[in-house]
Amino acid sequence: MSDRFKGMVLEGKLDLPFSYSAGRTASRFFIELRDHQRIMGKRCPRCNRVIVPAQLFCKECFTKTDDWVEVGPEGTLITFTVVYRKESHHPKDAPLAYGIIRLDGADTSLVHLLAETDVAQLQPGRRVRAVFSKKRIGHILDINHFEMA
Amino acid sequence: MNLRVGIIGVSQTKYETNKSYQAITDTVFEVVQEAMADAGVSREDVDSIVTSSVDLWDGRTASNQMLTDVVGAIMKSESRVAGDGLGATFQGMMTILCGASDLTLVVSQCRGSMGDPYGISNWVFDPIFQQPLGLDYLSAAALQANHYMKRFEITQEDCARVVVKNLNDAQNNPQAQVAKETTTDDVMHSPMWAYPIKEMDAAPVSDGACAIVLASQKKAKALSKNPVWILGAGCCVEAHYLGDRDLTEGEALAKASKKAYEMAGIHDPVKELDLAEVSAEFSYQELLWTELMGFCGRGNGIKFLEQGMTSAEGALPVNPSGGMIAGNPVTVAGLTRLVEAVLQVRGKAEARQVQNAKMALAHGTTGCCGQGQYVMIVGN
Repeated sequence: MSDRFKGMVLEGKLDLPFSYSAGRTASRFFIELRDHQRIMGKRCPRCNRVIVPAQLFCKECFTKTDDWVEVGPEGTLITFTVVYRKESHHPKDAPLAYGIIRLDGADTSLVHLLAETDVAQLQPGRRVRAVFSKKRIGHILDINHFEMA
Repeated sequence: MNLRVGIIGVSQTKYETNKSYQAITDTVFEVVQEAMADAGVSREDVDSIVTSSVDLWDGRTASNQMLTDVVGAIMKSESRVAGDGLGATFQGMMTILCGASDLTLVVSQCRGSMGDPYGISNWVFDPIFQQPLGLDYLSAAALQANHYMKRFEITQEDCARVVVKNLNDAQNNPQAQVAKETTTDDVMHSPMWAYPIKEMDAAPVSDGACAIVLASQKKAKALSKNPVWILGAGCCVEAHYLGDRDLTEGEALAKASKKAYEMAGIHDPVKELDLAEVSAEFSYQELLWTELMGFCGRGNGIKFLEQGMTSAEGALPVNPSGGMIAGNPVTVAGLTRLVEAVLQVRGKAEARQVQNAKMALAHGTTGCCGQGQYVMIVGN
């Protein structure tokens, strides 16, 4: 600390492309979003929970899920935040809002964007509805956001 | 535990916004030299080294590659934990408990200043369902904070009191990055970053490093007059996907603490522990974590604080160092908590010393919203 030597600082940048395999279960989840505007979960044969987004296995029972079940598109807001800090990794400009949503028919919750960014309008327990993107490519953002139902 | 593991040397840097006056290796070399000097050992005495660093924070991959020389690992056993420094301590402890090592050096370093902190934390999330949404540690924590605060009717002013306690207490800690007389008004007037978290509710981002020397029971007794013993340890992890968890429950921390208490023979943590150093990156987390560690009932974290129980002179001081709110070396934070706990138990915590501290808890966490939890109990 006493040594206030001003050292050289060299600039660098990590900018590397990646390709992530979604796998069989998430692929079908995304195809259903893209082609049918349907949000799908999978049921655990052991505990009977409907897990959303659809997963290969139930984390509690450590058992493969089997039946596909359509859930939503409406659900209940569990919690939310409105982010005011601008960040380059945000998919749209701040303020933007996130919610954890329990879709009707599901036993786990979905994390997604909310259209409403006025904190006064948002409350846990409020009903919300998925709004699908016009251009869908098989991606989590094929759900554009959730709006107040 | 059948055999005990002793902590015979500790060192930490000052936590600063920017240590660009040093290379990472300069900082690590210093902190390792100090920890070895504190333990009275040299490089030849060390059998194993465990480091903790995270590639994306270091702007390179296999970031321990640059560390092997300066931690003295050449021609020795070295492994890395890509996570919290307290997690690396668990691995260091195991090298000794399994008989592979008698003396293990644990080193953790991070430079928050090098990159874009919340941008890096966006890459912590799975790239299929969460990362494309732009989530980061701040927005995820805000989802948890809001849920917790609504469920237990905790106000933003309540959380501000955590900041006030930490920043005021940090004035006793020469290693702190942020330390100042603070009022709840100061916190309440700081800009809203992600409702309900304001700028001052969030830990700063720091550069810093820690090193500790662990020894087998036999070696610790031979080398040290007063080793500090690891009396209990527990770790537990929750699901990664935010929608799979009830963010107000934090079962992993409850389980990790229970395991650590059982091992240490603790029945009533408030009576038996002399202090706790907990890793709370955001003010609400100190309240939530203290509840989950069983210091008070659910939803009573704020009452516990308001009664003065967690203040530096309270029944169970929490973060007399100022905690992460006073300095946040990111992935080092859990090891900072352990170094602080050891200094307290040794009676060498100077102005922040808790009187007659004999047994202390150190807590570390990794992932978002307390996904991975580590609890360690240390004492004479």
